[in-house]
Amino acid sequence: MNLATLSASYLRARPLNTALSLGLLALGVATIVLLLLVVGQAEERMHRDARGIDLVVGAKGSPMQLMLSGIYHLDAPTGNIPLTAFHSLQKNRFIKKAIPLALGDSWKGYRIVGAGREYAEHYGAGLQSGKFHEKAMEAVLGAEVAARTGVGVGGKFTGAHGIGGEGAEHEEAYTVVGVLEKTGTVLDRLVITAIESVWEVHHEQAGKEAEREVTVVLVQYASPLAAATLPRQINAQSELQAASPAYETARLFRIVGVGVEALRAFAVVLILAAGLSVFIALYSALEERRYDLAVMRTLGASPPRLFGLLLVEGLVLTLLGALAGLALGHAFASALGAWLEREQHYAITGLEWRAGELWLLAAALGVGALAALLPAWRAYRTDVSRTLAQG
Amino acid sequence: MISVRGLQHRYDGAAVLNLNEWDVAAGERWLVLGPSGCGKTTLLHVIAGLIVPSDGEISVGGKNLETLKNQERDRWRGTHVGIVLQALHLVSHLNVQANLRLAQYLARLPQDDARIAETLAALGVADKAARRPAELSQGERQRVAIGRAVVNRPKLLLADEPTANLDDAAAARAVQLLLSQAEQVNATLVVATHDARVKSHFVKTLQL
Repeated sequence: MNLATLSASYLRARPLNTALSLGLLALGVATIVLLLLVVGQAEERMHRDARGIDLVVGAKGSPMQLMLSGIYHLDAPTGNIPLTAFHSLQKNRFIKKAIPLALGDSWKGYRIVGAGREYAEHYGAGLQSGKFHEKAMEAVLGAEVAARTGVGVGGKFTGAHGIGGEGAEHEEAYTVVGVLEKTGTVLDRLVITAIESVWEVHHEQAGKEAEREVTVVLVQYASPLAAATLPRQINAQSELQAASPAYETARLFRIVGVGVEALRAFAVVLILAAGLSVFIALYSALEERRYDLAVMRTLGASPPRLFGLLLVEGLVLTLLGALAGLALGHAFASALGAWLEREQHYAITGLEWRAGELWLLAAALGVGALAALLPAWRAYRTDVSRTLAQG
Repeated sequence: MISVRGLQHRYDGAAVLNLNEWDVAAGERWLVLGPSGCGKTTLLHVIAGLIVPSDGEISVGGKNLETLKNQERDRWRGTHVGIVLQALHLVSHLNVQANLRLAQYLARLPQDDARIAETLAALGVADKAARRPAELSQGERQRVAIGRAVVNRPKLLLADEPTANLDDAAAARAVQLLLSQAEQVNATLVVATHDARVKSHFVKTLQL
């Protein structure tokens, strides 16, 4: 017997109250854990994908759409820009690296990106097997594309027009010549082909000589100075638009952040409600427990020990609730991850711990201690002699 | 064992206990008699150090209880005094064995299952160790309450109205158990009661 087992025996003696407190706390903690995991992983993933890209240049339209389509391959492209525009960017002294991408087609929902090997190298991806594409109609698969489709080096496929996978199929077949290593970036879910392939495919379909175009250019600055002048310089050109990923992601998280904040506030309310339920459970049980507390005094317990007993009871309750909440939050994240994976979105994993969870645990225990404080004080003040004289 | 001089205790200004002089030697068995409200329970609580008297001096086992710090007094009570309360007050969600272990735990003594078994056996309730108090008869509950009071081998055993609500035979058995248990652990016994049936078992009585 010790303070914890004694406390636990009191908790077991009133299972409904205990279950209510545990349930409220577990749900509140689980919600916050889920937010921590999803938001944290999404932010990390987005930063990883945008690493080393200072500017996305493309056709006029929404800058966020340009960023979402050009870096994350989530939205539809804003349109195309002439190849000549890329050539002039290449000559710009503010620009260290400019990677042109030609978008527009997909295969089984995975986007086909016309790009040179410098695109893969930008993400530090080497080859898992095969080689990089050298001529038109050769393709390199991202690690996840290869794993999910089961197509490897030597395989053939035809791309579909449009990025949703529902468009008309093109006639030319691509030949897989290589598979990229897993990078944990957007690259894993892409099919990379020579930019010429995209031109060839669309030229054939259009049935006439199309003017050569690219969709976006990913730009890395030569110096910090470029940030001040380059976007303005580009935006001044009638057909071009420059979007800063850092600025646009911050804007995106500000927009999404409202929902996240609302959910977080809801979770905090749940945790506070759990604290209140712990308080009510302990406080209302004091009345029926006052004889027990008095008897404990006759058996040699000092008032501080009774205080400790009640405090530990609140802490045991919140610790169990918080641990259940942590487990539940990770289970939710895993379930969400499994669902997102089927939908071919960003993967979310529940098998990851974040430092914020320790703070959450500490905060929950704090709430429990606070809720137990007044009942514990009443227990401390038990007047043994009067209580026993009454019954 | 107990020495009282000029003891007085008041609740909210009203005197509930007046006892000028009383001496109890170690090993004696005493009966404290008096009608309800004469201060018997208060006296037991003073002896046990649960309340500090308004006036006068009391020393128990050579210790002046007033000079002990609160926590020391609690500690001392746990190891030196066993109390059988009028309403028994067993902890309802703990089984019989755990009720006795609670006494060991709260007195900060080693938790000794053998001692608990021995105590329960001496009181004839060894087979009830795993039962909850609510599953026992009134007589069995009283045995358990006595067991909880003596499990730590106290120097002083106090009982408050141990025969209340018992028929003659049960009352006699309860007193016999208290006497025999006090004997077994070498404790001084003080029983407070208004029950005249108990008188015949005691030589020394204090009338309040």
